[in-house]
Formats: sequence, structure tokens, C-alpha cells
Amino acid sequence: MDWQDFLSVLPFIIVAGWATILLLVDLWIPANRKGITAGLAVLGLIAAIAAVISRFGIEREAFDGMIIVDGFSSFLQLLFLGVGVIAIAQAYDYLRRRDIERGEYYILLLYSLSGMLLMASAGDLIVVFLAVELLSIPLYVLAAFAIPKADSEESALKYFLLGAFASGFLVYGIALVFGSTGTTALSGMVAAIESAETTPILLLVGSGMILVGLGFKVAAVPFHMWTPDVYQGAPTSVTSFMAVGAKAGGFAALLRIFISALPGAAVMWMPLTMWIAALTMAWGNIAAISQTNIKRMLAYSSIAHAGYIFMALPAAATPEVAPEAVRAALFYLVTYAITNLGAWGVVLAMEKAEGSGLEIEDYSGLGKKRPALALAMALFMLSLTGIPPTVGFMGKFYLFQVVIDANLIWLALVGVVTSLISAYYYLRVIVVMYMRDGEPEVRSEALLNSTIFITAFGTFFFGILPGFLLKMINQVSLLDLFR
Amino acid sequence: MVLLEVVQGGGLFAYAPLIIALPILGLITNIIFGRRLGERFAGIVASGVVALAFVIAILQFLALQAHPEGVTIPIAEWISVGSLSVSWAIKVDTLSTTMMLMVTGVSTLIHIYAIGYMHEDVRFQGDPGRYTRFFIFFNLFVAAMMVLVSADNYLMMFVGWEGVGLCSYLLIGFWYEKGEDGIGNAVAGKKAFITNRIGDFGFLIAMFLIFGAVGSLGFEEVFDWAHAFGEENVLIISVITLFMLLGVAGKSAQLPLFVWLPDAMAGPTPVSALIHAATMVTAGVYLIVRSNPLFSVTASTSNIVAIVGTATAFFAATIAVGQFDIKKVLAYSTISQLGFMVAAAGLGAYVAAIFHLINHAFFKALLFLASGSVIQGIEAGHHHAEHEGADIEEPFDPQDMRNMGGLRSRMKVTFWVYLIGALALSGFPPLAGFFSKDEILVDARLENPALFFLLLAAAFLTTFYMGRQVFLVFFGKARSEPAAHAKENPPVMWVPLVILGVLSVVSGALNLPKIHTLTDWLGTTIEHVHITEFSFSVAGLAVVFSIVAVVLAWMIYGRKPIEKGEADPLRKILGPIFVGMENKWWVDELYDFLFIRPYVAICWFLADVVDWRILHDWFHDSVLASAYRNGSQWLAQVFDLGIIDGIGNGLGNITKGASQRLRFVETGYVRNYALAILVGGLLTLTYFIFG
Amino acid sequence: MIPLSWYILVSAALFSIGIYGALARRNALAILMAIELMLNAVNLNLVAFWRYLTPNVVAGKVFVLVVFAVAASEVAVGLALIISIYRRRHTIAVEEIDMMKW
Repeated sequence: MDWQDFLSVLPFIIVAGWATILLLVDLWIPANRKGITAGLAVLGLIAAIAAVISRFGIEREAFDGMIIVDGFSSFLQLLFLGVGVIAIAQAYDYLRRRDIERGEYYILLLYSLSGMLLMASAGDLIVVFLAVELLSIPLYVLAAFAIPKADSEESALKYFLLGAFASGFLVYGIALVFGSTGTTALSGMVAAIESAETTPILLLVGSGMILVGLGFKVAAVPFHMWTPDVYQGAPTSVTSFMAVGAKAGGFAALLRIFISALPGAAVMWMPLTMWIAALTMAWGNIAAISQTNIKRMLAYSSIAHAGYIFMALPAAATPEVAPEAVRAALFYLVTYAITNLGAWGVVLAMEKAEGSGLEIEDYSGLGKKRPALALAMALFMLSLTGIPPTVGFMGKFYLFQVVIDANLIWLALVGVVTSLISAYYYLRVIVVMYMRDGEPEVRSEALLNSTIFITAFGTFFFGILPGFLLKMINQVSLLDLFR
Repeated sequence: MVLLEVVQGGGLFAYAPLIIALPILGLITNIIFGRRLGERFAGIVASGVVALAFVIAILQFLALQAHPEGVTIPIAEWISVGSLSVSWAIKVDTLSTTMMLMVTGVSTLIHIYAIGYMHEDVRFQGDPGRYTRFFIFFNLFVAAMMVLVSADNYLMMFVGWEGVGLCSYLLIGFWYEKGEDGIGNAVAGKKAFITNRIGDFGFLIAMFLIFGAVGSLGFEEVFDWAHAFGEENVLIISVITLFMLLGVAGKSAQLPLFVWLPDAMAGPTPVSALIHAATMVTAGVYLIVRSNPLFSVTASTSNIVAIVGTATAFFAATIAVGQFDIKKVLAYSTISQLGFMVAAAGLGAYVAAIFHLINHAFFKALLFLASGSVIQGIEAGHHHAEHEGADIEEPFDPQDMRNMGGLRSRMKVTFWVYLIGALALSGFPPLAGFFSKDEILVDARLENPALFFLLLAAAFLTTFYMGRQVFLVFFGKARSEPAAHAKENPPVMWVPLVILGVLSVVSGALNLPKIHTLTDWLGTTIEHVHITEFSFSVAGLAVVFSIVAVVLAWMIYGRKPIEKGEADPLRKILGPIFVGMENKWWVDELYDFLFIRPYVAICWFLADVVDWRILHDWFHDSVLASAYRNGSQWLAQVFDLGIIDGIGNGLGNITKGASQRLRFVETGYVRNYALAILVGGLLTLTYFIFG
Repeated sequence: MIPLSWYILVSAALFSIGIYGALARRNALAILMAIELMLNAVNLNLVAFWRYLTPNVVAGKVFVLVVFAVAASEVAVGLALIISIYRRRHTIAVEEIDMMKW
């Protein structure tokens, strides 16, 4: 262990340390000027972004392999930090509007982000567990942030109880894998499985339970039931962050563990993940159709998208396709992050102080009242459906291509058919916005508008010129994992 | 000398993308703010960004002094499918920079001119709101033209090529509700678009063939291939270049596709000057010159190119002699001069082609803008005369030269710059046209005497029709009330004219005999350059021809100016030939007869007879419908309530129904959710252990 | 010495009891306690594995401490939440917290 090891986790140290410092500083910031805390939090994130960028291209292991620094981790960390900046910008005015502005919001958000950062570079199951909890516990509190509002309360309780329940499975699974392979290091597990010095039954049960725990985090069917309730009840700015950040964090762990540490057991988990992916896509998209509340609709949409990303796992079971599958998953995560942050941003703009304005019907007449906002929302909906010229199309295209390369044609077919189904409820939002008459009350707040603009621009820009992103992904995700 | 170091380090190349970005920035600014901030703002922004682009072009020029080999600046990977990989990169070399300098320079001047011209024009046409739109289109055009000349592969070039075509269409039909029968301008735009489409088809096929043969569309790869394997692939290269020639004929208005350009004069005069004289129409010439490694491999295509160019030069010149519309004369003159350039390129004199292209851009832009100045002067006179209650024949055509005359004294600046432009175009030494036309003629004489004499005849006609125009417009007495009241335009319009006038005088110095600046400059990019030595016999012959033509024009139109209502004296002298010239040798009518009517007839046949009567009336009504009626009678009994209903509404209903069911799985009870997790976990484990 | 498999079985039983508790109890506090049982089953497993398989490596022991810490923070957050809910609703039966569904 030397100072280089600490440099390797510098982004994590910056974010977690800065959150702790802010916790103290916030005491001296007057209650009506919590914007300062938000600004400081963003500063910390920018410093962390700089730290990530400065060590771009470096691949190394730190703390005896507990931490892995490679293109995969750096790319995801950039994604998380970018999501964090946008989430803070989206939250600022919203919290003021709902009169729940407290500095802890930003601090908890930073803590949760630090968990995600740790997750991205986890090289050991202990770190994975630690990261999952560090990511989740602040989110429980954030979901409860609008207490005494009953829905926020309920959302937090459900999220907390089920989250703790699922992490019980996760950690039990980790313990069994440890018992089977005699190590918690991911690289050690590969070696142990290859040399067949394992207890197969413990390994199987263990990895199955890890799948349950992480499947819960990314909201895969049948571990998804919490999602609509929690997303609906939590303050919308929290939902936006949770839907994007927590899901990406879960997938970071899933990809790391299953593709890099357990390729030896691929024969076992391949069919299972395949079914989970297919079920998740179908369930999420079909259940979304009958929703009338936009937050619930987007929650089911996020379940469905978890299914799409999940397709990368069975595809990666074919060794030749594995690197491409990881890239496709990363690309899709970015796609999902940009589009969803934007869509939730529009929901934030439409939500009124007392929490109404969340029914899809409330969007009637938006096309006339705020053409730019409606255009952005239309763009996000098209992107979620996967219609060109949006980034969502590129993401789906890339992913389906990888799945077909892995010879899982029926799975790709399920993906295409469910995308068609999804057009039904996404396009309904567009229809309501443009073809119904109504007088929606819309917020126009500079920070929120700029986040919507940025994400809309990204949705469109990467839809036409995905080359920038692909180039970056091609460079960075040549995984150290595939040694 | 920091600047010098930067220049020598080649750091200035990094600014090249701005040359496309700046006009786009301008047009976005105008889209967002133009209407709110008014005319002055829109005009200044549009002109300013183009002027800045010109500065960038100069920087590129400076950078090339130190690095004449140029650079390619990658911007983005555009398409990457299978073996097709097209990047969007900007190619900065001496050829593209020459075009950039010319295009942005001339554009800047014309933009400034347009500030004044469009101010009057939108009021004359009665819709001031379109002022901003004009400059948005104009900036878009400059951006597209920059894409065209800076492309490093054929596909990007094609993007620019289509982009300028789009702008041309938009601007020809700028007053789309005006013109003949209230639709004439729109028809002219459509004609330009469709004719160009035929050419684009050629370009596209050429690209497909190139990709098929080479496997790449990048200039470098294609040209390397032509060097290495050109000899054994002469046939395919000939086909490729012939299809390219079709594209050139469309865009650069060569035989047989030139018919759109005269009609394109329906656009506002700055459009005629910028797009349809100085820049866009030269894109075809640029394409040939850029593709010189391909063209120089195949002698047969090159010959055809030269013949097409020469024939166009002569043919269009004869038509120009018989026109009365001041802009139509210039339009046919443009076609004729483009013929000169294409002929030069076909003869292998690529430098001469570019040299003439630049000179022509200056003096033809000058002539068009000056003609716009004349037209607006007369319109102002029209307004004035009307105000005084003078008797004017309606409808009054402010572009008809028969209504002009004697403008020399009333529009002094315009007259002088017009005269300079006319002399430069006619090739009087030492003005610009003299040197470049001479180079072309010398090359023609060496290569092909027949073409030489035809080009010489075209040059003779050029001087004659320009002389005719100058005498008709500026000399003699005013032949109408508006002409008698015409007055000079404001400085924002005539200052660019003066600058262009100066350029028309001096730009011949670019490639003076014995010095050959341009030849050396372009030699680093174009592979097949040869130094054309000055020939006194050819130059002398050309000058003598020009003087004879001027004298002839003076004898017919200058000595005794035609009176109001008098017929053109040439009509008596040439008889039926003049009728042919005046009616453009009935080319439009011929095309109408050969292509358009048969096409329309076929369409009618398909629509009316095949589709409506046969398919609809007979097949559909008698065969299908009756069979369907009978069949459905039967099916209705058997299937209706069962399967068909199910399939018709079924899929949707099934999904919706499933959705409703899934919805109620979500009970809201947290323990149910936990149970689902447990069941999921158990299923997973069962599968892992027993599966 | 007691064989390793006994520990595994005891731990599995403990885990199952935890799951049963989490599913069967209506009281949120009781569910929380049941989840703690599940985590303790994990700890038992970890310590046993460490002792029998890798007595010379600290990873197993450290993991137990990590689980302790995480369990403690979960309880802290959970209790705060439950108390806050109880204050207003005077009930912590999860069945009555079902405003959001479908």
C-alpha cells in the first residue's frame, strides 16, 4: 500500500471527504441560502471529474486488488459524476418550490455518489457490498426527504425495507461465494474457478443470491416490484437521480462480477439472465401501458430499460462477443442516463408545489404553451422508444446488434417487439402534449431549463453523431477485466 | 514575431473548421434574434460572419505559405458501416483554400451589397418580413459551399453539393408567390431543382462506381488507386468520369442541362451574382479539377469534357446576343464562360480553368450586382415618375433593355463599374479576363485547333453581346419614363461594386505570363499542371477579334441608338438567325416536346388509364370488390365473431388486458414485494442447482 | 471439532428464519429485526469460512466488521424512519401503508 493506492481512489476520497466537510460547513450557511451548499457540492464534483480525467488511460490495481482502476471504471465514474452535477442542478429550484430545501440533500447526494464511484472500481466483493450500501443508505434518506408528506414517507419505508431485505440476499451470496472459492477478490475467484478448487454448490447458490441482490438494485423482474411505488412517492428530483444513478451503479457491479469474475460459470447464468432480460422487457413495457401517472409510467419504463441493458449479460456469455457486449451496455447506460435525466427534468418542470401535475393528462396543451419544452419531451419520448434520430435508437441498435452477434436472435426479437409495444405509451405523451387542448401550469427555472436543454441536445447530438461517444467507449472499455 | 512562428508551425490550420462554423453561427443567430433585432442587425451579423470566414481563409492561406502540402483536419467519424468508412474532415490545401478565399471574399462583398439591395427589394415586393430569411438562406449557402470545397471525400462533397443546390432552390423561389401567373418563380426554382437532380444522379452513380472499384470515397485513397491501377482500369474510370460529367453539366449548367440557369434569374439579383454566377455554378469545374487524377487517366472522357465545354461556350454565346432582359444576357454569358472553364479542364489546363473561375467570379459578380443596381435605379425612377404622374406603359418591365438607354449620365458609378466588368469579360488587356481566356485559348490551340476556333468565335460573340448591352443600357436616350428618372443607389450598394471593379482589373496578375504565381501555387495540389506560355499570335488574334466585335456593336447600336419601340437592328441583318437566338434556339420547347410532354403523357396514362380505369374501375371494382363481397359474405358467417374480430382488435386488446392484469399485481403491500423477491430468488436457486 | 457444514446449516436456518420473519410480521420494527437476523446469519457464515478455510487471511474477519457497520447504519436509518412514521400515523403496520399501488 502506498500513496499511489490513494491516488487510485482519489475521486472517491474527494467526493466522500467533501461531503463530510460540507456537513460541517452547512451548519454555518443560513437556511434561506442553501444554494451555496449546492454550489459547493458541484465544485466538489468538478474536482472529482478532474481527478478522473487526469488518470484517464491508466490501468492499475490498488489496495491489493480491492480497487481496480481501468477504462471501465473511469468511464462509469465520469458518467456518475455528470449525473450528479445534473441531479444537483435539477434539485435546487425543486426543493425551494416544495419548501424542503435543506443542505443535507446535497450532502446525502454526494455520499450516494461516492458509493457509485466506489462501485465502478470495485475489485473485491467486500468493496462491492460496501459500495452498494454506501449508494443505497443515503438514497433511503433522500426518498424520505419530503417527510411529513405521506407519499415520501411510504416510498422511503418501502425502499428501505425491501432494500435491506435484498442486501441480505446479496451479502449472504457473497459469503457463500467466499466460502466456495476461499477469496473475495474478483481476480482470485477467476483463478479459483479455473483451477476447480471450489465447492460448486456453494458457488452456485452464492452467485444466484448475488444476482437477486443486484437484480433488485437495477429493478429486474421479478425483483422490481418496489420501483413504481418508490419512484412515485419519492421527491421527483430524488427519483431522477435514483432512476439513473442507482441503476447504473447496479449494472456496474453486475457487469464486473458476472462478466469478469464468473465467466467460468457462464453456462449456468447465461440462460437465467436471458430469461430475466426477456421477462423484464416484457413486464416493464406491458405494465407501463395502463399507467396514468407520469412518474409511475416512467418507473415502469425504467424497469423495461433495465431489461434491455440486462441483455448484455447473456450476450457476454459468448466470449468473443463479451467486450462488445460490455461496450454496448455502457453505451446504453449513457443513452439511458441522458434521456431519462431529461425526461425527469420535464416532469420536474410540470410538477406543482403541492405535488400535483403528475398525471399524463396534465400535459395537455403543452405543445402550444411551451413549444420548446414539449419538443424536448417529445425528443426524450422518441429516444426512450428508440426512434431515430435520437441517441436511444443508437443505443438499442448497438445492443440488439451485439445480442444477434451472440446468436440470441429470439432475445433480440423480444427486444424489438417490446420496443414496439413501448411506442404505445411513449407516443401517447406526445399525442397528449400536441393534440389535446389544455392550460398546463409550467415552471420556468433557469437551472432546470438548462439541464433539459443540455440533455435534449445530447439526445439529439449523439443520435446523429454517436461517433464521439463510441470512440470514447472503444478506447476506454478495453477492459482490464479480460486479461 | 509570434505571428510568424504560428504561421510556420502550421497552428493556423486548426482554425479551419471555423470556416464552416461561422456562417452556421450567423444563421442560427439570425434565426433566433434576427426578427426581433431588425434589418440592420440581421444584415450586419450575416455579413460579419462571412467576413470573419474570409479572415479564416486568409489565415489558411498564410499557413499554407509555410506548409504548401496542406493538412486534413478530422472533425468526426460520420458513417462507419462495414467497409464503408466516411469521416468528416476538412481538407486544407492550395486548391481548396483558393476556392475558400474566392467564395468567402466575393460572398462578403455581395452580402454587404445585399444589405442595401434587399432593403429596397423587400419593400418593392411588399413583404419586409422576409429580409431576415434572405440572410439566413444566404449564410446557409456559404456554409454549404464551404463544406463542398473543404471536403476530403466525395460523400462530404456531395453533402455540400446538395446543400448549395437546396439553397439555390430556396433563393430562386424566394418570392415564390410572384412571377408569371403568380407562380413563375416557384416554377423556376423547381426547374433548377429537377434539372440538377439529373446531374446529381450522375454524381451519385459515379460515387457508387468509385466505391465499388476502390472501396473508399476519400480523395487520397481514390487518387492513389488511380495512380497505381489507373492504366488497367481505364474503362471503369472512363465510365466514372462520364457520370461525373453529367453531374458537372447539371451544376455548372453545361449542355444539355443548362436550361435551368437562365430561369434561375428569377431570384433576387444578389442571388444571381453569388450563387448563379460566382460560386455554386463553378462547383462542377471544381469537381473536375479536384478529380484531375481520374480525368487525366482517361483521354476519351477528357475529350468529351472539352467538347461539351466548347459547345456550351459557343452555343450560349449565340443565345446571349439575342436577349433583351439585362439579366438573361448575363445568365447566358455565365453559361458560356462556364463552358470556357469546363473546356479548359477537359483540355488538361486545370490551372487555367481555376484561374478563369476566379476572374470570372469577380467580373461576373460585378456585372450582376451592377445590373441589379441598374434595375433598382430604374425601379426608383419608376416610382418617381409615377409620383409625377408620367404616362408609363403597364406592365412595365424594369429588366428589359429596350426600356433603358442613356443611364450613363444618371448612374455614373454604376456605368463605370459596368464598363470595367464588360471589358474584363470581353478580355481586353490588361484586365482580368484577358489573361485567363488567353491561357485557355493557347491550350486549346495546342490540343485541338477545331475547339480553338470555336472558342475564339465564342469570345468574339462575348465581346459583341457585352458591347450591345452597354450601348443599349447606358448610351443613347432614355427609352422610357422610368429610365429618364433613374437615380444612383446608396453607397452600401456601390462600394462593393467598386471593390469588385478593382479586383476585376487586377486579378489577372494572379497568373501573369512568365511569373505563373497561381500555377506554382496550385501545383502543390494538382498533379498535372503545365505552364502555359504566353503566345502573342493567339493573344493578338483574340484582341483583334474583340476590337472588331466592339466596333461592330458600335456600328449597330452605338452610332445610331435605337429609338423607343424600334426593333433590334440585328433582326434585319441576321433575319431568321436572330429569331433563333432570341428564342434560345427553342431548346426549352424541344425539351418540352421530347421529355416533358411524353413524361406527363406517361404519367397521365399510368394515373388515368392504368391506375384509375384498369386497376380501380375494372380490377378493383369488378374483380376484387365483387370477389371480396362474395367471399366476405361467406367468411362473415364463419369467422366473423370468432377469429377475425380477435385478430383485428385482438393484439391491442391482449396487450392492454395484460397490462391491466400486471398492474394489479402491484398491490402496494411491501410484504408481497418481498415475497416476489423470495420467489424469484428461489426460482433462481432451483435453476442453478437442478438446471 | 465441529464440521464446517454444521455452521453452514445453522446459518442457513438463521437466514431462513429471518426471511420468514420479514415476510410474516406486520410490524415494520419486527421486519427490521428479522432482516438483522439475516445479516447475522451472514456473519456466522463468514466467521466460520474464515476459521476453516483461510485462517491466515484477514479478509473474512474484516468482512464481518464491515457487515456489522453496515447493519448498524441500516438500523439507524430504519429506526429514524419508523419513528417518524409512527409519530404521525400511530401505527407501523406495513399493511396500512399502501397508498401507492397499481
